[in-house]
Amino acid sequence: MSPPLLGVEEEVQSSVSSPSVECISENGIGLKERNYLGLSDCSSVDSSGVSSNLNLKATELRLGLPGSQSPERETELCLLNLGKLDEKPLFPLLPSKDGICSSSQKNVVTGNKRGFSDTMDGFSEVKGYVYTEKSWMFHEAGSDSESPQSVGHGKYPGNSGVNVILSTRSPGVKASVKQDEPANVLQEQPRATNGTSLKQTVISNNNTGAPAAKAQVVGWPPIRPFRTKTLAASSKNNDEVDGKPGPGALFVKVSMDGAPYLRKVDLRTYSTYQELSSALEKMFSCFTLGQCGSNGTAGKETLSESRLKDLLHGSEYVVTYKDKDGDWMLVGDVPWEMFIETCKRLKIMKSSDAIGLAPRAMEKSKANNKKEFGYGC
Amino acid sequence: MQKEMAYSFPDEVLKHVFSFIQSDKDRNAVSLVCKSWYEIERWCRRKVFIGNCYAVSPRMVIRRFPEVRSIELKGKPHFADFNLVPDGWGGYVLQWIAEMAGAYPWLGEIRLKRMVVTDESLELIAKSFKNFKVLVLFSCEGFSTDGLAAIAASCKNLRELDLRESEVDDLSGHWLAQFPETCTSLVSLNISCLGSDEVSFSALERLVDRCPNLRSLQLNRAVTLDKIANILRRAPQLVDFGTGNYAAELQPDVFSNLAGAFSSCKELKSLSGFWDVVPAYLPALYSICPRLTSLNLSYATIQSPDLIKLVSHCPRLQRLLFLIQVLDYVEDSGLEELASSCKDLQELRVFPSDPFGVEPNVSLTEQGLVAVSLGCPKLQSVLYFCRRMSNAALVTIAQNCPNLTRFRLCIIEPKTPDYLTLEPLDAGFGAIVEHCKDLRRLSLSGLLTDHVFEYIGTYGKKLEMLSVAFAGDSDLGLHHVLSGCESLRKLEIRDCPFGDKALLANAAKLETMRSLWMSSCAVSFGACKLLGQKMPKLNVEVIDETEPPDSRPESYPVDKLYIYRSVAGPRFDMPPFVWSMDEAVKILH
Repeated sequence: MSPPLLGVEEEVQSSVSSPSVECISENGIGLKERNYLGLSDCSSVDSSGVSSNLNLKATELRLGLPGSQSPERETELCLLNLGKLDEKPLFPLLPSKDGICSSSQKNVVTGNKRGFSDTMDGFSEVKGYVYTEKSWMFHEAGSDSESPQSVGHGKYPGNSGVNVILSTRSPGVKASVKQDEPANVLQEQPRATNGTSLKQTVISNNNTGAPAAKAQVVGWPPIRPFRTKTLAASSKNNDEVDGKPGPGALFVKVSMDGAPYLRKVDLRTYSTYQELSSALEKMFSCFTLGQCGSNGTAGKETLSESRLKDLLHGSEYVVTYKDKDGDWMLVGDVPWEMFIETCKRLKIMKSSDAIGLAPRAMEKSKANNKKEFGYGC
Repeated sequence: MQKEMAYSFPDEVLKHVFSFIQSDKDRNAVSLVCKSWYEIERWCRRKVFIGNCYAVSPRMVIRRFPEVRSIELKGKPHFADFNLVPDGWGGYVLQWIAEMAGAYPWLGEIRLKRMVVTDESLELIAKSFKNFKVLVLFSCEGFSTDGLAAIAASCKNLRELDLRESEVDDLSGHWLAQFPETCTSLVSLNISCLGSDEVSFSALERLVDRCPNLRSLQLNRAVTLDKIANILRRAPQLVDFGTGNYAAELQPDVFSNLAGAFSSCKELKSLSGFWDVVPAYLPALYSICPRLTSLNLSYATIQSPDLIKLVSHCPRLQRLLFLIQVLDYVEDSGLEELASSCKDLQELRVFPSDPFGVEPNVSLTEQGLVAVSLGCPKLQSVLYFCRRMSNAALVTIAQNCPNLTRFRLCIIEPKTPDYLTLEPLDAGFGAIVEHCKDLRRLSLSGLLTDHVFEYIGTYGKKLEMLSVAFAGDSDLGLHHVLSGCESLRKLEIRDCPFGDKALLANAAKLETMRSLWMSSCAVSFGACKLLGQKMPKLNVEVIDETEPPDSRPESYPVDKLYIYRSVAGPRFDMPPFVWSMDEAVKILH
């Protein structure tokens, strides 16, 4: 049909009609492993072929980032480590299916994009469950050869950046899994859509001892925010909110003086001001460090880098919010739950501009600013 | 020079003939016949539809079609609706407006979807087009009521102002008062997306009063029930009406006033709105129910019994109803009632009232949909949220409704298997694509292996848009779709184990499609770069908000990937978290 790219042979088109379980290479299709990504050949995969049909079907490589993982992922993770499943831990590429060890699947990173060792720190609480399991770790390659699909294992670059969480799934297992089982182990807070690290949310969530609320996946179920907002408002009116988990996301706009565009944050993904502060900092630091161009420019030079770096670290900025009554207040005064109820909009402004805000709040926040919300921390 | 003219028509004749050809597809075909037809056609094309605003540049459009009167543009990828596309991604309309302001002084209609529209853009529209008639901003953002005020004030012959589902910054409620007293041309006004402070009701009343051709009016939630009667009495010619709030303390005089107002609208065929419904006021609608063809109760948080009453108390309603959008409070029983009454139903959408709850809060299952499929043979379009499904049910639905053109099923919990057999739902969806030969749009959910994609590739020959989430086992799944679905235009994938191989093997296919979105999949940065290098007609954009993709090994998967064909080359308005894989664009480090 269409000329494939770079060395993948054309037979691909015609012969790929076999069930997914069979190894493609067994059919002589040209989806052989290629070197365009600089990988060595993984020829040993072929033999594994259809080894354990069920296992293959049940295997699933999940490659989502934090928050985009489906909720039961953690469940399965833990189940595996608790040795409840008979299926062997399976390795990344389902090589028997497609006959190739593509590095992309090898080195899938879930969670942090940082190196594996960095991740380890963040997941200290779950270390014992997940990451020390040899079978999970690529860079302890070669040590685990239980699974027939462990081919190519030793060939992976043994860098610390590799971090894949696999899970086996079989329908039966899933059905028996309770959602609240893994709550103590690895519970994910609804992911912030913008850059909040998993590390942060996992730790904080475990600390708050929140109930085993269902982890919310970003953008799932696929419902437009307009509708979710409307439903949320309706249910409030009907007094139906009685300890149920919040109705989905609570997006508010965040603007910053000098930034070329607004951002939105989902307040429900945070549970403390500290988290919000870090997330905002991360989101808007790129503006102050001059990496962002406005509409149309490639812009590294929109703002003077050094000058604003100083500003950023000098607590020159404070975060304010507009409440239900339309007043602009400094963030940090009221308890968090109250804050998310009343906050309609956020704005990051220069401290000097914020002087007009309620003096008592200002005073209080001056003291707390460096600790809690100032950009200098 | 040989002149072989078996027959030749003067250009004017051809032009006249072409003027009867409205569809873009046909016009495109016409322009391919020969050079002279191409020339004639391009000078008389009045309407242009651009499905991806980055596929072509304003200049190119203007160069080819110099006499355009109506333009439609779409910006962000569809998954932006679900917050998967970060803010600042793009989709700015300003440049288009600026260039068209110079080139198309007679431009009369602008329809935008998922674009960023600033007040500056709106002001420019107001200033530049003297004959401006239609402005539709569907799911747009970036503007405030100031921009709307500019439009209202300057557009003397405005016919349509439709802001559905857009995000508007509320600065002042008085923009409506900017419509001059001389403006009597409004035919359609949709302000349902506006918040509470954004509409001056008295200005609205006066506007409605002086626009005798007003056919479609959608109010916003702030308009209370008692005010509806006032509006309706001023516009008995309405065909399509969206209420605001539909809740108030039951008062007999308010009720009778409302009922009377509704009954005076002899042309009313379509109703929507219904935020915050008080069931006691529903009977006020009974007089118009027999005429209704379209009823949107998807914001109405009322319980199934009330809905059933509404549907069944109006003997002729059942026969004329074509489209219902309801919350799943309707439950299976409500849908069964619907199925027995509304034989002409063509489109059904059932939204979840509690999408994030862990346990189902209402008794809505696959049975409701099966019942509707059984009772409504004309069913063409389905959007259904539920918590369980079975292959058997899907097969039944497929067999009952072979005319389905759009089937979107969302089983709320990802990877939910068939609840009866615990198997994947491959066979069920396979039946859908096999039996529904005209299926153009499909959204999958539930537990799915590569098999379902095999079915889709084999049978989904007319499929134009496919949405996939949490499905598949390997690249083979993606390969089946890319190699099998001949009509595929838009493919959006999230959280699936699809990597480089299928993508690279089917690279050329991507040039035949509008766009491909992949997020949280397994496509490596290296593969993206390769695609970008080798496929100059594709824009390959990597989106990553945490760090630049080239700060990691090439084998790392990218966070989000958006590939679209373009004749305009890479765009220049990318924010820092979007990287173009085009060789011509240096990657920022």
